[in-house]
Amino acid sequence: MKRLSLLALAIVAGAVTAAACGGPKPPPAAPTPQANPDSEAQAQRARQDSIDAANRAAAEAEAQRVRRQREADSLAALSRNTEEVRGMIAAMIHFDFDKSVLRGDDIGTLDQKVAVLQANPDLRIRISGHCDERGSDEYNLALGNRRATAAKQYLVSHGIDGGRIETSSYGEERPLAQGHDEGAWAQNRRDEFEIIGGGDVLRRP
Amino acid sequence: MRRLLLGLGLLVSVGPTVRRADAQDTSAIDRGVRIGIVYRPGVRPGLVVLPGRPAALDSVRAILSRDLDYSDRFEVITLPTGDSLRVGAVALGTTPARGAPGRPRSGGAQAAGPNYPLYLALGADFVVDLRAAGDTTVVDVHDVAAGALRRTFQARLPAPNAAGFRMAVHRLADQVLQAALAAPGMAATRVGFVKDGKVYVIDQDGADLRLVSSTDRQAMSPAWAPDARRLAYMEFWQGHGQLFVQDIGSGERTAAATTGRALDFTPAFSPDGKTLAFSRATEEGTDVYTVNIKDNCCLQRLTVGRFSDNLSPTFSPDGQRIAFVSTRSGLPQIYVMAADGTDQQLFAPFDYGVTGASNAPEWSPDGQSVAFHRDVAGTLQVFVLDVRTRTVRQLTSVGRNEDPTWAPDSRHLAFVSDRSGYRQLWIIDLDTGRIRPLLQQSGSRLPAWSPRLPETAATNP
Repeated sequence: MKRLSLLALAIVAGAVTAAACGGPKPPPAAPTPQANPDSEAQAQRARQDSIDAANRAAAEAEAQRVRRQREADSLAALSRNTEEVRGMIAAMIHFDFDKSVLRGDDIGTLDQKVAVLQANPDLRIRISGHCDERGSDEYNLALGNRRATAAKQYLVSHGIDGGRIETSSYGEERPLAQGHDEGAWAQNRRDEFEIIGGGDVLRRP
Repeated sequence: MRRLLLGLGLLVSVGPTVRRADAQDTSAIDRGVRIGIVYRPGVRPGLVVLPGRPAALDSVRAILSRDLDYSDRFEVITLPTGDSLRVGAVALGTTPARGAPGRPRSGGAQAAGPNYPLYLALGADFVVDLRAAGDTTVVDVHDVAAGALRRTFQARLPAPNAAGFRMAVHRLADQVLQAALAAPGMAATRVGFVKDGKVYVIDQDGADLRLVSSTDRQAMSPAWAPDARRLAYMEFWQGHGQLFVQDIGSGERTAAATTGRALDFTPAFSPDGKTLAFSRATEEGTDVYTVNIKDNCCLQRLTVGRFSDNLSPTFSPDGQRIAFVSTRSGLPQIYVMAADGTDQQLFAPFDYGVTGASNAPEWSPDGQSVAFHRDVAGTLQVFVLDVRTRTVRQLTSVGRNEDPTWAPDSRHLAFVSDRSGYRQLWIIDLDTGRIRPLLQQSGSRLPAWSPRLPETAATNP
């Protein structure tokens, strides 16, 4: 590598020296083109071939584009989209112990739901609040209710009609994680989002 | 203080019998439980249940003896050789009794009755004698100190394997207690509870477990009607919470107070059985409501929480007041209001920022106490509030203990505890501190102790 750069330096230095020593020599005269009917026809054919090939490629690309478009419009693709959007709606948010205040790291999740609800005006959802097992069984129903309401208020304050969102609470009755440690409790302190109407075909936001 | 003096008086008057402390079963007493009342072992009256005549009454005797033991008001004295004692009693009965003046003696072995001096020497204050007379069972309750028959009553018991047999015997046990000590019993009762999302009932002695809620929906919060025939409970359905009132005998159930949209929970009957108080969670928060059960009408909102939750109502036995949980000062604490929602005030005192969350209040049947649970250092413990002085005392300290419910005698509480390693139902006697498991099934919770069962409910399956 070092040797190579030294060599390059030498060549550059040589060229500079040559340029400094004398002007460029006149270029040799270009050979006069001679008509060759055979080669001319060959070139013509080649040109035509390449034009045809280009046209074929363009037609094929167009056909492919139309195919893709059709495919994109097909039910299969729609359902793929719908599944993706359903996933956006179903994404859960989580809470601190005995709190119903939305956490900063969940705002993005909620904003995505706002976008989905705006893109799908017929979509209706139910938010259910859940708790970990540490609190009182019956008090946790009230706490879960506050957690569901907190998420609904966020969606409504970002332009979603409140009539499209139901709230509910299961307290600690339906834990996701069965453990008895903070890892399980953190997973169980959550809001779940469930589609209750207008969710057959969903558009991406 | 008055209690203490009374206890002292008792101690003096029954001085010679304090040795009965040996008979006390201390194995079941949980050492971690702190009791606010001075535990006075040995001052409870002794009681002997004689072997039945004929032996067919053995199962009656077994159930009756255990009920009287579980009442925690007697030292139930076991006679290892009961039959020979009876023979001895008859033989000794012909000799003049000492220290038992006024004892009716008609002479002859047949009418001799128990040998009062012998049972007095054994430390018994009462002798219960069972016998069959035709198709009825006759129970004699003898007062040993007075040397006399205190009371006789009889019952036509179902066959031992028939439905209602055990409950009929439990009723006899309550009658014995009433005859001996003029105290209300709790033998003829059941406890409702939740396990795996289903409502069950079980007799207070741990027998006869039955499923109540028959749907596959998740159920919570059973509460007894004062007639002890119906249970109210909540069921989750499509994101809502619906209240139902179910007749235990027929299984028939009706929806109560339902809107189909709200989350209704923690039902509680008024003492006259006409009103159901409950919690309703909406987007405005959780508040206490009442509804007329019979007509399912006249919904009334008692609290306006706005930024707080109000839940878990429980009526005072005179129906005038409702204790409930409110988060109006931050953490949930125990409050009280008039039954129409007026005059809301703090009930169980707490230190702001120090005392943990308090929940699940239940007013005692005698009106003097409210049991609840409170967060102590990250786990729940059972407390009792004295209604008159508004002071609280902690009953438990081992493991997590929650959701206390009163027996109709107002001295026993059933509650949930994980002291044995898993959550199950336990019963504690507040006077002696004695504690026993109600049933050995993991995951049992939210107990509700029934009032004494009426005769028809006791004999109906």
